[in-house]
Amino acid sequence: MKRGFLIFSVLTGILLAYASYQALVAAPTERTMGDVQRIFYYHVPSAWTAFLLFFINFVASIQYLVRTKPSAQTAAKWTFIAIGVTGAGMSFLPAVEQQLNAIGMRPSALATTVLLLPVFYLLLGKWFPGERLDVLAVTSAEVGVVFCTVVLVTGPLWARPVWGIWWAPGDIRLTSTLVLWLIYVSYLLLRRFSNSAQTQMLAAALAVSGALDVPLVYFSIWFFRTQHPQPVIGGNGSIDPRMMQVLLLNWLAFLCFGFLVCWSRFRLELLKREVEEAYAMESLGEPVHAAPSMPLKGSTP
Amino acid sequence: MNEAPASLWSVAAATLKKDIRLEWRSKDALNSMLFFSLLVVVIFSFSFDPLAEESRLIVGGLVWVAFLFAAVVALNQTWARELRNQVLDAYRVSPAPANALFVAKVLGNFIFVIVLEALMTPLFVIFYNLRVLGSAWQLIPIALLGTWALVVNGTFFAAMSLRTRNRELMLPLLLFPISIPAVLGMVAGTTAVLTADNPAHFYIVLLLTYDLVFTTAYLGLFETILHAE
Repeated sequence: MKRGFLIFSVLTGILLAYASYQALVAAPTERTMGDVQRIFYYHVPSAWTAFLLFFINFVASIQYLVRTKPSAQTAAKWTFIAIGVTGAGMSFLPAVEQQLNAIGMRPSALATTVLLLPVFYLLLGKWFPGERLDVLAVTSAEVGVVFCTVVLVTGPLWARPVWGIWWAPGDIRLTSTLVLWLIYVSYLLLRRFSNSAQTQMLAAALAVSGALDVPLVYFSIWFFRTQHPQPVIGGNGSIDPRMMQVLLLNWLAFLCFGFLVCWSRFRLELLKREVEEAYAMESLGEPVHAAPSMPLKGSTP
Repeated sequence: MNEAPASLWSVAAATLKKDIRLEWRSKDALNSMLFFSLLVVVIFSFSFDPLAEESRLIVGGLVWVAFLFAAVVALNQTWARELRNQVLDAYRVSPAPANALFVAKVLGNFIFVIVLEALMTPLFVIFYNLRVLGSAWQLIPIALLGTWALVVNGTFFAAMSLRTRNRELMLPLLLFPISIPAVLGMVAGTTAVLTADNPAHFYIVLLLTYDLVFTTAYLGLFETILHAE
C-alpha cells in the first residue's frame, strides 16, 4: 500500500516534469499568439480534471443520499441508466445534432459524456460502499476546487494579451466555470461550519442542488456570445497534431497528479474519521481498540 | 390518538395560518425587511444620482439586490422561530409529513416578500424617476416567479444552515451561488421590460424552469434535511 503510493508518486513526478518540458520547450510555438499560448497546456488539462472531479462528487453525493432507502436506490439507479441510454440516443437525432453543431459540440462527445453517467454511478457504488462515498465526495470536491482555481487563474492570464481584457463578463464558459467554483466553495464552507454528525447528508443535498444549477446557468446565459475558443476535443476547434499530443500528455500527467492528491486526501480523511470514532468510543467507556467501522487496510481509492 | 396521519395540505394550512398570525401580531420580519430595503434604496440613490435613461439600465439590478438582501433577513427568522421551545423537534417526531412544513414555510415567506415588493416598488419609481418602455404587465410574472425562486431556495438553505455553527452567516453563503441563474433571469428580465430593448419572454421561461426544477428537487430532499441527525 505504502510502497504503491511511493512508486506512483515518483512516476507522476517524472511524468509531470516530462510533460512540462514538452509543453514549454518541445511543442511548436503558436503563430499568432506566440509563447502565451503555452498556458493552454495547463489551463485545459486542469479544466478537464476539475470537471471530472466535480462529476465524481455529484455521483457520489447521489449515491450517498439514496444509500439508506432501497426503493430510492433502485429508482436512482434506473434513472441514471435511462438518462444515459436516452441521452446517448438523442444526441444523434438530426434536430439535436444541428443544435449541437451550432454551439460547437460534436454529438459523439455529448453521447459519451451522457453514457458515462450510469457507468460512473454503478462503479462508484460498487467501489465505495457506505461512508466511503462521503469521504470520496469531500476528496473530489476539495481537489476539484483547487484545479478549478488553476483554470480561473490561468484563463485571465492568457486572455489579457490575446483578447485585450482579463475577463469577459457574460461569456457562457467563463461564467459557468465561475459559478461552478462558487457553488463548490460554498459546499466546502458548509462542510467546515456544520456540526459533525449531520454534515454528510446536508453536504450531499447541497451537491445535488449545485449540480442541478449548472445546466440552468448554461441556459440563463444562452443569449450571450462566447469568445472562448472552441473545444479541441468533442468540439469544432482544430489544433496542430503535435500540440494535441502535448496536450494529451499533459492531461495524463495532471490526471495522475490529481489521482495522487485524491489518494492521499482520501486516506487522510479515513484516518481522521477513525480517530474521531476512537475518541467517541473512549468517551463512551468502550476500549479504544474496538474494530473500526471503516478499516484502513486495503483502502485503495 | 388513533387518527390517520394528517394530510399534507391541512398541516401546511395550519402552519401557514400560525406563521401569518405570528407575523401579523409582531411584524418582526416585515418591519425589518421594509426598513432594510428602504435603506438600500436611499443609499443607492445617494451614490448614483442617475438620469432617467441610465436608471432604466441599472434599476433592475438595484431592485433585486435590495429584495435579495432583505429576503435573507426574513428567511433567517423562518426556522429560528421554531427552535424556541423545541417546536422543530416536536415536529420531527410527529407523524405529519415533512413536506407540509416546507410548503407552509415557503408560502409564508413568499407572502411576506411579495408584500415587501408591493410596498417598495412605488418608492423605487419615485426615487429613480422610472417610466417603463416595454409592456409593464410582464413585470408581474417576473416578480412572482423570481420571488418564488428566491424564497424556495432560501427556505431550504435556511433549514440547512440551521445545523451549522454560524447560522445567520451561512444562509447567504449557500443561497447566493445557487441562486445566480435566477437572479440573472430576474435582473435581465426586468431590464428588458424597462428598456424594451429585447423580449422578456426568454427570462420568464428561464425563471419558470428554474422554479419547477428546484421546487421538485427540494420537495424530494427536504425530509432528509429535516431528519438529518
